[in-house]
Amino acid sequence: MAGSRMKLELSKVVQGRCRLGQLKEIGRMGQHSLDIPGCLLYTHLGTVPHLTQDTLHTLSSLPTVTQVTLSNIAEHQEVLDEFKGGFKTFAGLHDTVLYCSLHDSAAHRPTGHTTNKTVSVWGSGGRIELTVAKFMALQRMVQPDWYQAMADGETWQTGTSRKRVRKSVDRSLAHLDECLLVHQKSQELDGVSVFGVVEGGDILEERLCSARETAKRPVAGFCLDGFQTGAMDQALRSQLIAAVTEELPEDKPRLLQGVGRPDEVLACVEAGVDLFEGFFPFQATERGCALCFRFDVTPDPESAVSDEERHAAGEMQPNGDLHCDDQTHMTRFEMDLKDKRHQDDFRPLVEGCGCYCCRNHQRAYVHHLLVTNELLAGVLLMMHNTSHYHSFFRAVREALANDKMDLLRRRVLGTLTE
Amino acid sequence: MSTVGGNMAAPITSETDGNIKENSMFLKKTLSAVPPLTLRIVAECPVTKARACDLTLPHSSVSTPVFMPVGTQGTLKGITADQLEGLGCQICLGNTYHLGMRPGPELIEKANGLHGFMNWRRNLLTDSGGFQMVSLVELSEVTEEGVKFKSPYDGKEILLSPEKSISIQNSLGSDIMMQLDDVVSSTVKGPRVEEAMHRSIRWLDRCIAANKHPDKQNLFAIIQGGLDAELRKACLDEMTKRDVPGFAIGGLSGGEEKDDFWRMVTLSTDHLPREKPRYLMGVGYAVDLVVCVALGCDMFDCVFPTRTARFGSALVPWGSLQVKQKQYAKDFQPIDPDCQCPTCKRHSRAYLHALFKSDTAAMHHITIHNIAYQLTLMRSVRQSIVEGRFPEFIRTFMKRMFPSPDQYPGWAVEALASVNVTLE
Repeated sequence: MAGSRMKLELSKVVQGRCRLGQLKEIGRMGQHSLDIPGCLLYTHLGTVPHLTQDTLHTLSSLPTVTQVTLSNIAEHQEVLDEFKGGFKTFAGLHDTVLYCSLHDSAAHRPTGHTTNKTVSVWGSGGRIELTVAKFMALQRMVQPDWYQAMADGETWQTGTSRKRVRKSVDRSLAHLDECLLVHQKSQELDGVSVFGVVEGGDILEERLCSARETAKRPVAGFCLDGFQTGAMDQALRSQLIAAVTEELPEDKPRLLQGVGRPDEVLACVEAGVDLFEGFFPFQATERGCALCFRFDVTPDPESAVSDEERHAAGEMQPNGDLHCDDQTHMTRFEMDLKDKRHQDDFRPLVEGCGCYCCRNHQRAYVHHLLVTNELLAGVLLMMHNTSHYHSFFRAVREALANDKMDLLRRRVLGTLTE
Repeated sequence: MSTVGGNMAAPITSETDGNIKENSMFLKKTLSAVPPLTLRIVAECPVTKARACDLTLPHSSVSTPVFMPVGTQGTLKGITADQLEGLGCQICLGNTYHLGMRPGPELIEKANGLHGFMNWRRNLLTDSGGFQMVSLVELSEVTEEGVKFKSPYDGKEILLSPEKSISIQNSLGSDIMMQLDDVVSSTVKGPRVEEAMHRSIRWLDRCIAANKHPDKQNLFAIIQGGLDAELRKACLDEMTKRDVPGFAIGGLSGGEEKDDFWRMVTLSTDHLPREKPRYLMGVGYAVDLVVCVALGCDMFDCVFPTRTARFGSALVPWGSLQVKQKQYAKDFQPIDPDCQCPTCKRHSRAYLHALFKSDTAAMHHITIHNIAYQLTLMRSVRQSIVEGRFPEFIRTFMKRMFPSPDQYPGWAVEALASVNVTLE
């Protein structure tokens, strides 16, 4: 079994689907654990965007799992091959679990280059075609603690034909089988976990087929692909995920790719997802926005200002489109710091936030940095957004533990009136 | 380390109103009797004109010789205030022209000055805006009143006068302010240079008169005179008559020949008071720093180390290393194996080379390294002066920097010889 060490310990299951617990003994040495529902630490080539290790470690609790993507790494194959020490050492990473995915969910991914035997990733120099052999060669050089099998997930475009969806299911299973074969023969991947990837687009039968078949393979967990924000609306996503997770073993984790918006995260947790990619804070940062959505549900009479009152006080931005499918547009969960209203606002980005930016700087300063195109804007926003987002996940776990998910959802959406 | 001016905290306990008034006036007088700048000469090189000093300023003390990184718009290009402090930086620069435009002096005053706005606890030096006037703005016109130019942001006509420059700098609250000088490129010859020199003296007096906080903010004069020894001498004679806390040597580090450059530097330090700091503006290349310390300068600033970092150029004792070049793709050493900066302790040239293709953080890593390089260089220079072995330091430094003695820059050899240091 590829990675039999990873253990999922559930402390609570709601409605047979929504889970709270801990993923234990992750990492080659089995020395780390990750609370679920949880999110991974999103990076570009091992670096959290804009941050060096000093600025990264101002964050009080980092996810224990760092995500890297082959789309960043593939072009450096020769270098890694010569280095021989694995990616973690190459990048000077802190003590963390390394998860290697195929694609970067925050990067544009052109379609139309997938074949029966290959998928493509886009590096800084252009398209790189991967066969399973090359894919696995890369994994042997990266030496992650855990990776997803190669998969064909090009089904998110509207109007993808049934035939195409079926192909993605079949190909992904074939790739998985081939990956597992190579994995078993590779000493460098001893103790490394492999996740199977469930495909199937927006077609229920295909999803079920993919789930059942993937579940038959000796994998440590499951990636749910093709559900990206923009691929379908949340109602359908929830429906399909709920159906899929029904077919998956309870004792293995489920990682959802390409979904990061807080409201979608909540809905998907309730549908049975355990893990999410952490790219949403990065997207907000690139927009010059600071995440500011609330996620407090413990009653606090002192801060009992209703969201309506906050609207009136002009504290909340006009809502970004809740149903906006374009991941680059501002969402209702953030504030646009380039907006002139922040020019002389000397409050922190979010009152009570313990991140470096909020402890040391004000909205007026970050506004100034954005207006003058200063690099520090990205650094400060990334620190805040990462902190805010990971605190949100902590709130999700607490809400689950205390049966407050409904309250949390309303708080996050800004419809809670007490 | 005492803080002067606005930070007095001790309450005055007293019984009558009259007493309270008397005590507070006494305190004010005492406090204003403490100058906002003191220079203590710790060591002087017996061979060259170099000094090692402790410069005490309102926010913290500074060890000289010192290199001051430039944080133009109230930020040091991707580095947080904590990171900068962690590197040992005691003073850095902000730019009056840029900050005066955006976000403007009123807003910065509301934010508790530039220190409050940036959240920088140590010292700040602001330049006057004069240099940008001439270098950045195409159609600027200099009159006796000041520098007239069109704002690049809204097209409005603005006049930067000595009074306006000082007013902005007072709002910024910097520990050291620079006078507005009539800046002329060092490649310009003829009567314009003399006109600018005389005007700079008149503008110095106007700046001194306009300074609202002489008890907290130190106004430095800027010696002009181009590359003309007589004009420079005249400027030095006049300006040193004014009781300013420090002097800058200006009008150099433009496009002039290095042979002319060093001669003006040494002429200036020959005629500047020993017990006041000498700030050589716009100099930051390692060789230039070492030579000009030998010629008697204490303070330096330059955008070069931080600017070049963003292009992937890392400064090292043997020159520079272009991390983005192919040859470093598989080079698994750090930038400098002897460097103790956070970048070199953790990352290799190969990783940084790769990271430049993926994320802006690559630039930050190099920026941190370059600032560390500059600050470490100055620390080593200072230490060697204190320990009486500066000439030896210079020789070792030059040997490391250049592959062979015949590659030593001629001007540097001459300049060092003029202060009794012979290189091979």
